Amino acid sequence: MRLFSKMAFAAVFSVGLAGQSIAAECIAPANPGGGWDFTCRSITKIMHDIGAVESPLQVTNMAGGGGGLAFTHVVNERNTDDALIVAASTATATRLAQNAYSGMTADQVRFLGAIGADPGVIVVAKDSPYKDLNDLLDAVIADPSKHAFAGGSAAGGYDHLKVLMALKRKGFTDIKKVKYIGVDGDADAITQTVGGFTAAMTGDISGVVGFIKSGDVRVLASFTDERIPGFEDIPTAKEQGIDVVAVNWRGLYTPKGASDASYRKWTDALRKVGASPEWKEAMMANGLAPFNKVGGDFQSYVDGVIGEVRAMSVELGVMK
Amino acid sequence: MDLLANLALGFSVALTPTTLALAIAGCVLGTMIGALPGLGPSNGVAILIPLSFSFGLDATQALVLMTSVYYGAMYGGRISSILLNIPGDEPAMMTTLDGYPLAKQGRAGDALVLSGVASFVGALLATIGLMLLAPILARVAFLFGPAEYFALYLLAFCTLGGMGSNNQAKAAIAVCLGLGIAMIGVDSSTGMTRFTGGSLHLFDGVDFLVAIVGLFAVAEVFVFIESHGRDSAIGVTLEKIRIPVRDILATRITMLRATAIGFVAGLLPGAGASLGSFLAYMVEKSSAKDKSKFGKGDVRGIAAPEAGNNAAAGGALVPMLTLGVPGSGTTAVLLALLMTLNITPGPLLFTERPEVVWGLIASLLIANFVLLVLNVPMVKIFSRILQVPAAILLPGVTMVSFVGIYSLSGSHFDLLLMIGFGVLGYALRKLSIPAVPVILGILLGGHMEVSLRRAMVLSDGDWTYLFGSPIAIGLWIAAVLGFIAPLFLRSYLKAPAAHKDEA
Repeated sequence: MRLFSKMAFAAVFSVGLAGQSIAAECIAPANPGGGWDFTCRSITKIMHDIGAVESPLQVTNMAGGGGGLAFTHVVNERNTDDALIVAASTATATRLAQNAYSGMTADQVRFLGAIGADPGVIVVAKDSPYKDLNDLLDAVIADPSKHAFAGGSAAGGYDHLKVLMALKRKGFTDIKKVKYIGVDGDADAITQTVGGFTAAMTGDISGVVGFIKSGDVRVLASFTDERIPGFEDIPTAKEQGIDVVAVNWRGLYTPKGASDASYRKWTDALRKVGASPEWKEAMMANGLAPFNKVGGDFQSYVDGVIGEVRAMSVELGVMK
Repeated sequence: MDLLANLALGFSVALTPTTLALAIAGCVLGTMIGALPGLGPSNGVAILIPLSFSFGLDATQALVLMTSVYYGAMYGGRISSILLNIPGDEPAMMTTLDGYPLAKQGRAGDALVLSGVASFVGALLATIGLMLLAPILARVAFLFGPAEYFALYLLAFCTLGGMGSNNQAKAAIAVCLGLGIAMIGVDSSTGMTRFTGGSLHLFDGVDFLVAIVGLFAVAEVFVFIESHGRDSAIGVTLEKIRIPVRDILATRITMLRATAIGFVAGLLPGAGASLGSFLAYMVEKSSAKDKSKFGKGDVRGIAAPEAGNNAAAGGALVPMLTLGVPGSGTTAVLLALLMTLNITPGPLLFTERPEVVWGLIASLLIANFVLLVLNVPMVKIFSRILQVPAAILLPGVTMVSFVGIYSLSGSHFDLLLMIGFGVLGYALRKLSIPAVPVILGILLGGHMEVSLRRAMVLSDGDWTYLFGSPIAIGLWIAAVLGFIAPLFLRSYLKAPAAHKDEA
């Protein structure tokens, strides 16, 4: 029985490995589940279902270094692979900006596009005294030591930076004083906030939907241009006079050395997925808001984000 | 009455032929995965997730299959703990302490049956607990802030140093080694890397599965090579399986106590099954009148961790389903599965998707009985997996270890690291320093550290914050007592056994 199970495993693995060299591949730089895995699985499935590519794509999970392992792998070993796309998100850009991929830089790959985004939100417990974003930020500015934020990313990560950007727009510059604790994911950050250990939670809306519906929390603001479809009663930060747009986009990059023809092929396929009803359904189910930047637009958007994150990170002291 | 109506709904989902077949298949697969060293519930479930997609299973079916695998692996983990002295998965670690000595005394069959029954009691009661208490207990997670978590982990390490070993100093060294290894990786409070030597492979820290397989399985291979098969764990023979009724009856209170402890440990996010089995064992050992047999094959030392870790498996489902906060590594993988299936766990899951939740609960109840059958009368079949002659089994263990670890990350680095841990495990064994505290240090050290760091951020470095709530104070008192009490009590308790050597 043991032999059978071993052979079965070996068979599964060898098929998986052999498959890579034939079919086009999407690398999810994390374990199954979670954002990057979702990006690869849903986009490649729809790509094939609607006929934007001829054969199904193979999804490979390559976890490690917060996406750095996959990035290094692509740059060093797959640089001219035309049949490769890799899932990316705001976290990829943030880590590149902060030099967290040990010396790798954003210009070593080519960003393809993003066709959906998880809007950033600031959330407080239902019994919190703060009724809108300005209430909360004013209180933080008045006494930073009394008000902590909890978020699902490490200190210096995008959840942390969102809060700091909002505070900077209010003219607060002493950002090192702002208290932030990084916990394991959005749901954990919510329990700390509902439990009264932190004043507010900063994260993405998809992670807090269940708590919004149950009435345990109140969303003070979303960091989007427009109100989020399906959550029209949540005001944007912009409406409240704080001009911060911070979303966790779900996108892809390709190797730098891949041919222009393949880049065009992938951008076309991605545009088709973005316009399909299947994708709209998938976005709805996963709490994603519309966000459509494909090709050159997207590359310049990413460069802009990286610049902003880098400036903020230097100021914060998480990088030199 | 609501409960009965809900259960009826659940059984109507669970008793469809497909769902039932999936539950049974999941149990068999899970037990096998659990029994194989290195393949634990979390990578077992992770490996099988793609299966549920390629079969096109719906949400309930996928969840039933995966949780059956999860429960099955929790049962199966004990088999190699007892027969090989290699934990099949991380929560089964404590079972090696008394399970293997008992097996060496020629009572391997008794140990397997007893632990199977203990698993059943723990898992069944925890499933019932999940059913009755989930909506209420979900709130417990809100009471635990950084200070409370820190005190909880401290309690775990203090009792380990105080009671867990016959030699405090060696246990302490092992814990420190583990805590040191847990420091490796990106520091989540500042985003800076520590002790990685610039290697991307170490950014996420040392995976505890790599450490476990290295310290136990690979080290076992080294010991085997050195001794040419003599004195090695491999080769415990399994006599005819009988039901050790006396042992089962003698440990009934132990099982109930361990179930309660395990269930509560499972409820706490991030604590999980390892802490559950560990605390259950410690409480049992410290409350026993005659401690001399612990570590040498005490039946209570087998019943407690097995009931504890299976109860924790059930308990860990509570915060996962009601808050979306995973209570253990495996539930984190299950959570990922839920998200991919478009089910958002949260306070409303019980009302919005009752067929998913109650179908799952009903399937778990069924799975428990299936597992009891698989693991008591049929345990011989599963243990035969491990009964192959050493010359074939050891290369097999090595191969499964390598394949299992490689499948985690697809990187050769982890394999080298695993061999490194194997060498470390061999050295520790030669110095008779226990390996279990090293693993617990790696497993819980990171959580303990970030809890402390978060507490310090929230309080501006004011250490009195750590004693800021009744829960925290209670845990501190328990921790201090757990560490100090044995020093004073030892002269009374250990006197008769003092002339005996360490096992």
